[in-house]
Amino acid sequence: MAEPLYSMSISRLAPILGRGEVSPVEVTEQFLERIGRLDEKIHAYLTVDADGALAQARNAEARRREGEATTLTGIPLALKDVLATQGLRTTCASRILENFAPPFDATVCARLRQAGAVFLGKVNMDEFAMGSSTENSAFGVTHNPWRRDHIPGGSSGGAAAAVAADLCTASLGSDTGGSIRQPASHCGVVGLKPTYGRVSRYGLVAYASSLDQIGPVTKEVRDAAILLQAIAGQDRRDSTSVPAPVPDYQEALGQDVRGLKIGVPKEYFGEGLDPDVREAVEAALKTLASLGADLVEVSLPHTEYAVATYYVVAVAEASSNLARYDGVKYGVRREGRNLMEMYYNTRASGFGAEVRRRIMLGTYALSAGYYEAYYKKASQVRMLIRRDFDAAFNKCAAIAAPVAPTPAFRIGEKIDDPLTMYLSDIFTISANLAGIPGISVPCGFSSLGLPIGLQILGPPFGEPVVLQTAYAFEQATDFHKRRPEF
Amino acid sequence: MILSREEVLHVAHLARLALKPEEIDMFTRQLNDILKYVEKLQELDTSGVPPLAHVAPVINAFREDEVKESLPRDQALDNAPAQEEGSFLVPRII
Repeated sequence: MAEPLYSMSISRLAPILGRGEVSPVEVTEQFLERIGRLDEKIHAYLTVDADGALAQARNAEARRREGEATTLTGIPLALKDVLATQGLRTTCASRILENFAPPFDATVCARLRQAGAVFLGKVNMDEFAMGSSTENSAFGVTHNPWRRDHIPGGSSGGAAAAVAADLCTASLGSDTGGSIRQPASHCGVVGLKPTYGRVSRYGLVAYASSLDQIGPVTKEVRDAAILLQAIAGQDRRDSTSVPAPVPDYQEALGQDVRGLKIGVPKEYFGEGLDPDVREAVEAALKTLASLGADLVEVSLPHTEYAVATYYVVAVAEASSNLARYDGVKYGVRREGRNLMEMYYNTRASGFGAEVRRRIMLGTYALSAGYYEAYYKKASQVRMLIRRDFDAAFNKCAAIAAPVAPTPAFRIGEKIDDPLTMYLSDIFTISANLAGIPGISVPCGFSSLGLPIGLQILGPPFGEPVVLQTAYAFEQATDFHKRRPEF
Repeated sequence: MILSREEVLHVAHLARLALKPEEIDMFTRQLNDILKYVEKLQELDTSGVPPLAHVAPVINAFREDEVKESLPRDQALDNAPAQEEGSFLVPRII
């Protein structure tokens, strides 16, 4: 039986659209029907923009007819609700932005629009991207399509679940401490966090500005290369976006990994690693070795300090970034007897518990007398973490490791214990602190049938070697071909 | 305990967050758990290590100061909870 359109990757759907065998409107209608029928089981979407999507699809159809199409023309995408979309509700899964319709597009959205992509809607996340399970959404949890009583991961849980459940062809998420790679791992899809500065953050609602980066969530590695190609590059509206030339990312795919030195960090295989994850990742390392890669042991000695460093740096930046939600210029306001009371009421009722927790932590860490002990100390440890990677990449071209210490956990399991939840990000956080790229690619399933991801990390701007390694692994295995039944 | 109940209330005030009575104990406990974990950083000798505040290989991003079109006033006001005469409306301050 022919593969249904909704489960196709970008790279398989694009030629079919190109040959006119199916039109962008037909594809979009199929997805909208599927979302309408099935998303109540997953709750990936916060907003479905049927009218907007069909209008974009009609435009795409005209472009296809006129021969002005790109690979992405007519491809239906879902966007994490942290990305500003002009005129379309952008909530960050927060009550405080419940009614916010941005007057502009994020640069990544503008670029995808220009390429002719179709935006099906906005997908769920932890409020302001703070969380690892999507349970912190003010608008309800997203279910893992592989086992609906389990979390999809977070914070880009809606993006990963929508891709895994074939409720879009691909998606964009954001990654501050693992928020693309961890949900991709938990949902059995591909998630790429680019190098800090590779993709413009303009229009990405800020959580921790020195760590945030936008990236693709896709069914296959090639699609991650295609989407990254479309969104990468300097943008005058983000002064931290880097002028480095953007290489042809698809060129890296299919290149041999024979003789490629792949570092295995011993600190990522210690106690606390779930046996199923260990088995899957160790088998993945054997696969890479069988493809001719040269596995070398490397050490990232400051790994055990990464979570503590992150929960100073990220919350400090968050407390400053989220000061803007004051009930004056946009968002929801709760009145009070005076200005101060209006601020109190607006922010207390607008933000959920995790967001308030992080704002308070960050406020404390930056407050008079504590700056040296917390923020400065953490920034110094951050330098040590960066140096660990610099030293490791002197010995290898890429690093292979687990994404998360366990497969997806059950909904509700960790929600009352923030610190335990934070520790589940131990293997992803370092890449954000160091600013390096990383990908999650499916590498196995747990005894419960939950997906497990392999993480490949590269040096700054090493997206080509990350994609090359992930693609070689993917093509040698068939974990990415399985689909959940839900 | 690193952070007392009173300090939690003070931090909440600095962050302009009102806490419900039942939330104060919960946040005090959770913030202390996290700060206790963060104390781990003090194990490391970081003397002489320069802080890494951001990782982009960009120092300054200058551009010409040119007059360009900006967001029209009505669009800038579109999302405001309250507006009057082309301005954001806030509670009376004086």
